[in-house]
Amino acid sequence: MNALLYWSAIFALCCFALAFLCATVRLLRGPTPQDRVLALDTMYINGLLILLGLGIQFGSSAYFDIALIIGLFGFVGSAALAKFLLRGEVIEP
Amino acid sequence: MNTLPLWAVIPASILLILSGLLTLTGSIGLLRFKRFYSRMHAPTLGNTLGVAFILLASVLVSSAIEGRLVIHQLLITFLLVVVSPVTAILLMQAGLRRDPRRPVSDD
Repeated sequence: MNALLYWSAIFALCCFALAFLCATVRLLRGPTPQDRVLALDTMYINGLLILLGLGIQFGSSAYFDIALIIGLFGFVGSAALAKFLLRGEVIEP
Repeated sequence: MNTLPLWAVIPASILLILSGLLTLTGSIGLLRFKRFYSRMHAPTLGNTLGVAFILLASVLVSSAIEGRLVIHQLLITFLLVVVSPVTAILLMQAGLRRDPRRPVSDD
């Protein structure tokens, strides 16, 4: 039954890669800056999902820590960019 | 990882396939919608259900590998549930600030 898990992990990884591609196209094409920031937000979520899928496929728990760090820093990046778009500066005096 | 039990493999596979399809749907919505206010809600599908399903699959697989209950993957779900509304609220405020048109239109 391991082939089932292997091929469903492959399918999920292909779906995540296509989703990453869609977010990249929106990042390059997006007419407004907030579209690009939203695409960046989606891109880090998709990268986190790709890492979790690789962790399931290889049966290793090291990918989980990388995914947690990506989640933390992706949030910091998206929130800082959105705050910059909102106010014009990130940390207000 | 060669002899995983059947009760872990089949739900994990179903959860993996559902997670992939939901995330792909959300990102295609991000690509295809016309305006920023429509695009805002599409990737939240991948944010919430995609991450939750793949983390449940990861919990099942690593519990079956180690022979005990491993739930530290749920930390990522908790982090994203706390964190993604903050980003959404900030982005929506930025969009409303930068785009003074009416947010509701006929598309």
